[in-house]
Amino acid sequence: MKAAIVAIAPLVALTGLALLSPQWLVFMAMLALAKGVVVLGLLVLMRTGLVSFGQGLYFGIGAYAAALLSHHLHVADAAVMLLAGAAAAGLIAALLGLLLARYRDIFFAMLSLAFSMILYGVLVKSAALGSTDGFNLHARTFFGVALASGVERRVFLIAGAVCAVVVALLVHRLLGGHWGRLATGVRDNELRVAYLGASPYRVVYVNYLIAGAMAGLGGALAALAVGHVDPEMTYWTTSGEFVFIAILGGTQSILAPFVAASIFEALRTIASQYAPNVWQMSLGLAMLAIIMFLPAGLWTLAERRRRSV
Amino acid sequence: MSSILPIAFDGITYASWLFLISAGLTLIYGVMRILNVAHGSLYALGAYAACSLAGAWLGGGLPAAGSFAMLLLAALLVGSVAGPLIERGLLQWMYGKDEVVLVLITYALFLIMEDVIKLVWGVDSLLLPDPYALPGNFQLGGLTYPVYNVLLIALALATGLALAWALYRTRQGKLLLAVIHDRDMSMAMGINVSRVYLATFAVGATLAALGGAFTAPTIAVTPGIGVEVIVLAFAVVVIGGLGSLGGAALGALLVGLVRSATVRYWPEAELFSIYAVMAMVLIARPKGLFAAQEARKI
Amino acid sequence: MSAVLTAKGLQKSFGAVKAAVDINLTFDPGTVVSLIGANGAGKTTFLNMVTGYLRPDSGQILFGERDIVGLKPRQITKLGISRSFQIPQLFNSLSVRENLLVAESIAAMDDPQAAADETLTRFELAPYAAQKAGLLPEGIRKLLDVSMALSSRSKLLLLDEPTSGVSADEKFAIMDVVMGAARAAGVTVIFVEHDMDIVARFAGRVVAFYDGGIIADGSPDTVLRAENVRRYVIGEEIPHAAA
Ligand SMILES: Nc1ncnc2c1ncn2[C@@H]1O[C@H](COP(=O)(O)OP(=O)(O)OP(=O)(O)O)[C@@H](O)[C@H]1O
Ligand SMILES: [Mg+2]
Repeated sequence: MKAAIVAIAPLVALTGLALLSPQWLVFMAMLALAKGVVVLGLLVLMRTGLVSFGQGLYFGIGAYAAALLSHHLHVADAAVMLLAGAAAAGLIAALLGLLLARYRDIFFAMLSLAFSMILYGVLVKSAALGSTDGFNLHARTFFGVALASGVERRVFLIAGAVCAVVVALLVHRLLGGHWGRLATGVRDNELRVAYLGASPYRVVYVNYLIAGAMAGLGGALAALAVGHVDPEMTYWTTSGEFVFIAILGGTQSILAPFVAASIFEALRTIASQYAPNVWQMSLGLAMLAIIMFLPAGLWTLAERRRRSV
Repeated sequence: MSSILPIAFDGITYASWLFLISAGLTLIYGVMRILNVAHGSLYALGAYAACSLAGAWLGGGLPAAGSFAMLLLAALLVGSVAGPLIERGLLQWMYGKDEVVLVLITYALFLIMEDVIKLVWGVDSLLLPDPYALPGNFQLGGLTYPVYNVLLIALALATGLALAWALYRTRQGKLLLAVIHDRDMSMAMGINVSRVYLATFAVGATLAALGGAFTAPTIAVTPGIGVEVIVLAFAVVVIGGLGSLGGAALGALLVGLVRSATVRYWPEAELFSIYAVMAMVLIARPKGLFAAQEARKI
Repeated sequence: MSAVLTAKGLQKSFGAVKAAVDINLTFDPGTVVSLIGANGAGKTTFLNMVTGYLRPDSGQILFGERDIVGLKPRQITKLGISRSFQIPQLFNSLSVRENLLVAESIAAMDDPQAAADETLTRFELAPYAAQKAGLLPEGIRKLLDVSMALSSRSKLLLLDEPTSGVSADEKFAIMDVVMGAARAAGVTVIFVEHDMDIVARFAGRVVAFYDGGIIADGSPDTVLRAENVRRYVIGEEIPHAAA
């Protein structure tokens, strides 16, 4: 209940942002939101102790599913696209998860990377999907209501904010209860979990599925924000970005991914303007600093302040 | 039938290239338990250094054949300067951390090195065509192939044999195997593990740079060339079994042949095929072909 | 009464090491049996085979009437065999109470919170409830490990060295708590133990392992006095009878 009230504040803030701010800011906020959802999914997975270097796979599937609906099936409704993105990614995750849930540590990380690279390899070579250039999508209605051109993005941002808040609350509930403890149990000691009569495989599988569907939702959101999809969305550097944001935010709070994603997008926007050639370097240095000094991510800063008050 | 020879030759060429890069990656993992994402950047560094050195050599009007020596020199330079710099400056403070955290640390390093390369060499492509063209061409199965590819194969073979000899026939190599087998025991026996790590990383970096230096003449050297290489090398190493030199060789050969066959009959599926092989191997043998699949004692 | 557990002709080797050589054992319900034997005698291997962690090379393991060879630890736990470990297997980043909550929730208790609190009291763990399992002293870790095993409401409880790594004066206290809880739960207990005083005090029957085989089986009095047990298990110097 408390979490629900806390969640209303960012929702109101984002709605205000959507209505009042310039287009570029709306665009940036939407991308941050999209990535925040993906990273929150990654946190669900990380609760079991696994890090995926291949969430770009589901990010891309979500984005392409939405774009294909628009481009090839002439579905123009954004709500349908978002659902389709999450569903398509969830479906593939349900399949691949059967295999991946058997792996741990770097084998899991690398195998998930390999699967994302398979999709990348397919996408860059399929002329029908625009190869390396990708293709455009355009959503004209939202739940059947026609959108005047120019306001679409503002509506999508509000929709995205609602999606994100709902998903975040669900994750909060899930991880705060028995399932969250069980997942931590799997991370700490699978042997004990099995010897209590539960299946670590199943826990990993379900969390993998959730993470995949959330990445798909994020991908569809990003596709709506940009109005374009391309194979880069599935490339391993995109997946690396998600991991980076997760590390930046830490795993302490469901808000962390969104805060971290916003910081990330803001910095990227600034860097691409003023220092495109040292952007990656700054990311790398920041990442090293976080790993060494703030092992729980930026959230440790907030926690420290709270404790010292 | 007539296509078998070209497929095999292409496959082996590609495998040689893959092996040069993967050998260093698997060696570093085997000894240090670090899956080094920055390996791709060391490869790129080798390529850039080769362009600079061989470019200067040729630009100075010196005999063209000497440019091969420059390629080798570039690799050795990268290995003996950048390797120790990274190991002493960063990695030595990180030992003992979780393997996944170490992946993140080297990922950060990779990001940093990508930009360092841009700052030093700029963002425009560099070309170094001479060493590639110099040895000429030969005919095989009705197709024309550069002799340079044969040199590449020979280089990979020589490197592989030298590594195997160094590992299994020299005192230092046996120390290394001891460390791979049981780190705590070797420390207790007085092996200087810190020195072993430094040496291993330098050798691994040299191998990556060697791959880059000898690739430079065949491509346009641009920012980002290391990005694709690293995931390919991961695939090879994981197929063979992390930490296994023989595994890297077999993995490289497997990937090389599958890729060249795919390129021939179904070019769209090139990348797909490589990672599909990896996925299939891991399904059959979860830790790769040559890794021990052991159960924990409880 | 029919046996809880029956092992027939179990064999297991690791390369050249024979860890189980034709093990035949029957355990009656409600009994407390101790397995003794020197390091490497095959005691843990026996527990590992019974719980499905290792598959015997040959032989049968019957739980009640049912052959359980080939089942996974998770399935065997669900059937009603639980265990503790030589090295306690805990969730180190969770608190003691959360460890129990995970266990009780998996066991599908209607009210895991209440069940966890009850276990905390029974095992005298309440003072540690909020501490992280990773930071506990060894004796408390052992107790927590056993308490988690018991929370699956099993019929058969296997304890692998419940008192190892614990100071001599704590051993009896720990065993009193453990055995009290086991008795209250009405489970059959098989425990591996190196301390012969503990064995003599708590076991109703003793099985002695040597080199993967069984060299003695019977009441504590007879087994602990047997010459081969004193020589091979307890490690006493026994002068050979003059030829
Ligand atoms: N997974 C395994 N792989 C290889 N060898 C094993 C394995 N498990 C046990 N062994 C070997 O089998 C033999 C019996 O081991 P086991 O652990 O059953 O002994 P134990 O009686 O429990 O001894 P301890 O009192 O030291 O715990 C030993 O020689 C041991 O080294
Ligand atoms: Mg034992």
